[in-house]
Amino acid sequence: MKTNIIDIGSPESALPIVDAIVVGASAGGVQALLKIFSALKPGFRLPIITVLHVPDERRSQLAHVFQNRLPIPVKEADDKETIVPGTLYFAAPGYHLSVETDRSLSLSQEDRVFHSRPSIDILFDSAVDAFGPRLAGVLLTGANSDGAQGLARIKQCGGLSVIQDPDDAQARTMPEAALALQAPDYLLPLNDIGQLLVELERIAC
Amino acid sequence: MPHERNAEIELRLLIEAIYLKYSYDFRDYSGASVKRRVNHALRQFECKTISALQERVLHDPTAFMQLLQFLTIPVSEMFRDPGHFLAIRQEVVPLLKTYPSVKVWIAGCSTGEEVYSMAILLREEGLLERTIIYATDINPSSLEKAKQGIFSLENIRAYTENYQKAGGQRAFSDYYTAAYDYAIFDKSLRDNVTFADHSLATDSVFSETQLISCRNVLIYFNKKLQDRAFGLFHDSLCHRGFLVLGSKETLDFSSYSGKFDALVKQERIYRKT
Repeated sequence: MKTNIIDIGSPESALPIVDAIVVGASAGGVQALLKIFSALKPGFRLPIITVLHVPDERRSQLAHVFQNRLPIPVKEADDKETIVPGTLYFAAPGYHLSVETDRSLSLSQEDRVFHSRPSIDILFDSAVDAFGPRLAGVLLTGANSDGAQGLARIKQCGGLSVIQDPDDAQARTMPEAALALQAPDYLLPLNDIGQLLVELERIAC
Repeated sequence: MPHERNAEIELRLLIEAIYLKYSYDFRDYSGASVKRRVNHALRQFECKTISALQERVLHDPTAFMQLLQFLTIPVSEMFRDPGHFLAIRQEVVPLLKTYPSVKVWIAGCSTGEEVYSMAILLREEGLLERTIIYATDINPSSLEKAKQGIFSLENIRAYTENYQKAGGQRAFSDYYTAAYDYAIFDKSLRDNVTFADHSLATDSVFSETQLISCRNVLIYFNKKLQDRAFGLFHDSLCHRGFLVLGSKETLDFSSYSGKFDALVKQERIYRKT
């Protein structure tokens, strides 16, 4: 487990080549996501698929909020759309978001997971089926345990797991629940997670 | 991940076995969701492998009917997405009123929440008496519940709020009688409703219709099966008939996108060109 950004650049750290990044966050997630994604530069070429827990009712403004602040394309995921590299996708409120094995996105309204729909576990679990070991999973601040199992499966199947340092998180329950199930590849504060994403892209593309 | 590969093979075999034996066709459903639901069923059936589950359902039709309850998703509520129903009331109903009689098809009606919502809306608009509603689903247990029109009281507060936001004109409680923990809906609402077993995957068109509502069903289909369903809807609808979809469903990426206009795009209300 690496806990410092300096480790990332060192030769022995050898980041894996991934085809996609999945990210989960809950309480405190908007600020956390803005912070890590602000490290991304125009022309970023990996797809990023994100579940942020938000109230059901709201017609989500997330994609707009992030599009206004980031230099890469941002959109709410549509059912059956093919994943386009370099795009940041957000799950729509009220729907689970999955990755199909043909690497398209799909929506569903199965039961909530940890009272949440969209569920981070469902995204992560389906992304493993689609990308296998060529996947990085990032779990950030949150006040419940969603995502812990999904991130553990990413790690088990040979993908890269990244957890926000609970001391750095606005709500520590979610990173702590994930840490209870695994020793992640990286345990980092937000600033370093942003740098890690940049490095992952540099190596993959 | 050798066991993962096995599970993938077993899942395909199970879906194939179900189709061959019971003619329920899940082969073109979205894979990620089907996999989760089968895994959920595995735990409930206390089967160690999907093959064990397959053996069970192949030899025991009762077990298959139980599995079917997992494979179909009965998530529904009355007047779900109130803005959608308000748009139907404001944009579609005035045009429906120009027809001497109206046929409405609610495809994938599940346990009937959508059916009663539509019936209430049509009654308030003075249309219900000259409307026939076909309410179809693949799950006989869901259809049976839909026919009963009995819903849990604990959801009624949310439904009432939806109904009001959807432009409801009366007290929502006018439409049901509360008994114990249930709301029993006025049975005259379903006087003109025909409940029927129908599969968008395997069956064909059965009637000409003016309005088709199919909401949060197509997201469970892959593109090929979505196209099949759109084809059925296109063939069933009369000239300039209306198609309404769920809030995250769209015709945009289908081969039928050119055969419908968006009437209220935001609310997924389309009209056959």
